[in-house]
Amino acid sequence: MNGAIELDGLEVQFGARTILRDLRASLTGKSIGLLGPNGAGKTTLLHTLLGFHPPKSGTARIFGHDIRTQSRELRALCGYMPENDAYIAGISAVRLVRLMAEISGLPSRPALERAHEVLYYVGLGEARYRKIESYSLGMKQMAKLAQAIVHGPKLLVLDEPTNGLDPPHRRRMIRLIQEIRDRGEVTLLLSSHLLRDVEECCDEVLILKAGRIVQHCDLEAERRANRRFIEVETHTEVEEFATAIGRLGCEYAIVGARRIKLVLPEGIDMRDLYRIAAEKEIQIRRLDYRRDSLQDIFLQAME
Amino acid sequence: MAVYEKSYRGYDGARTDPRWRFMTLPRYAFERVFASRLFGGFFALCFVCPVVVALWIYLPHNLKFLQTFGIEPAQVAEFFRFDGLFFLSWYMKPQLFMSFLVAMIIGPSLIADDLRNNALPLYFSRPFSRAEYVLGKSAVLITLLSLVTWIPGSILFLLQASLGGWSWLSGNWRVGVGILVGSWIWIVLLCLLSLALSAHLRWKPLAHAAMFGVFFVAAMVAGVLNFILRTDWGSLIDIGEMTTVVWASLFGVSRETTVPAAAAWLALFCVAAACLALLSRRLKAYEVVRS
Repeated sequence: MNGAIELDGLEVQFGARTILRDLRASLTGKSIGLLGPNGAGKTTLLHTLLGFHPPKSGTARIFGHDIRTQSRELRALCGYMPENDAYIAGISAVRLVRLMAEISGLPSRPALERAHEVLYYVGLGEARYRKIESYSLGMKQMAKLAQAIVHGPKLLVLDEPTNGLDPPHRRRMIRLIQEIRDRGEVTLLLSSHLLRDVEECCDEVLILKAGRIVQHCDLEAERRANRRFIEVETHTEVEEFATAIGRLGCEYAIVGARRIKLVLPEGIDMRDLYRIAAEKEIQIRRLDYRRDSLQDIFLQAME
Repeated sequence: MAVYEKSYRGYDGARTDPRWRFMTLPRYAFERVFASRLFGGFFALCFVCPVVVALWIYLPHNLKFLQTFGIEPAQVAEFFRFDGLFFLSWYMKPQLFMSFLVAMIIGPSLIADDLRNNALPLYFSRPFSRAEYVLGKSAVLITLLSLVTWIPGSILFLLQASLGGWSWLSGNWRVGVGILVGSWIWIVLLCLLSLALSAHLRWKPLAHAAMFGVFFVAAMVAGVLNFILRTDWGSLIDIGEMTTVVWASLFGVSRETTVPAAAAWLALFCVAAACLALLSRRLKAYEVVRS
């Protein structure tokens, strides 16, 4: 199956410095996260996809459009929210968003309507006639999101959307991104160094390190798998309990005298564990799903 | 969408013709430019010279009106000679100065405002090229400068041609060509220079000063060079003077300088090429630091 974004040996060089090296992946998710430490090449990858930097070799395709030869068609499908401040001084948010809509091809009247709509949507309705330079950082981020979605893009590229936001603004931004994702009309490409942002918004993750892909995983599948990965702590010795669940077909590993990690195979339910515990008269003290899956994946990738 | 329905929805309505999207930029720029009454007043002043010249052209053809002031037709013919020199001295040169002031006021803020707060990625992440961006920004100056230069100039030429008849037109057709071509050379130069300066100097007052410097300081340096070296070739760095030389060749008027018209054309071409190179280097969504 062809993905929304196909990376085909993509390599980007600035002067003598190679920033992205032979990137190959097919990103099929509806919400794709780009993770990596600072300087890993996340932003450069986004910029290359948007046609800001020419690739040295290889190419990439977005919805089948080649970034080398069909950059204009491709950009017509994209909405981009840059990482840093990006606005025109001296004009109000509604004028900026309308201008960006018109440049994207909306006629003047629908552009104005959409500008008002999206500014209300991101929560700047009451402040839409204020000049953007008078906005707080959180409001500027929202205005950037508004200009990125005003023309109804098919791919929304978000570069560190929660950068510098306080917790309430961050929650609001994440909620908006999740809402846009859940509408299903837009594919999201979100770059962040915050695992939590990616975990909350994305179903597929590409982890970059020093310009290379070090991990590409389907977060949704991982989450499903993790729901089968269970850690149990009991009050008494775990040996007998382990043998019983082994007979059920579970893979397990005894971690300590009273702790066991196990993987529930298909067809085996959590209730079966409680049933066995009751039969063996073993009191379960704690039962937990595996957590921090993305953190584990990330740390593993960084090793 | 009603205000209470705050949910995201896509857009699948009509789209404009991509070929004319660059015209969005001048529309927004004009709204900002004419929001200033001071500029509006100054722009109105730019039409004083064309109106005076129009009266000057009209009066000799209305002898009855002149005779009421006791002016005889013979005196009139002596005083009013509408040839290339007249249009060059009394129309083109004053309008050159006024159009320069228009460009100096408007030009520096065109790109500097976008650069100052990193707005270029917002433009270039859309189906909008760098060429369209420059074209859109230039259209602001081209429109305003056209209103000050070749449009009134052509009207004046047509007025004189209609009043002077075929005999005048056959002897002075170069004036019409001079007004058109000369104005466009000046407009293109002013556009490129002000955009290039605007793209390099984010601080507007500095860009205004640089625009002033490129013309007046360069003219002063050229004057000093010419004086010290006892030559006219120092004028090659004086854009205003070189434009005048080119105009004189277009109008078929004799020149005071020994710099040939071809050298002046070449100097102006080099200035335009340098401005284009500077613009191309600067107008990028993001600066790349190369090591």
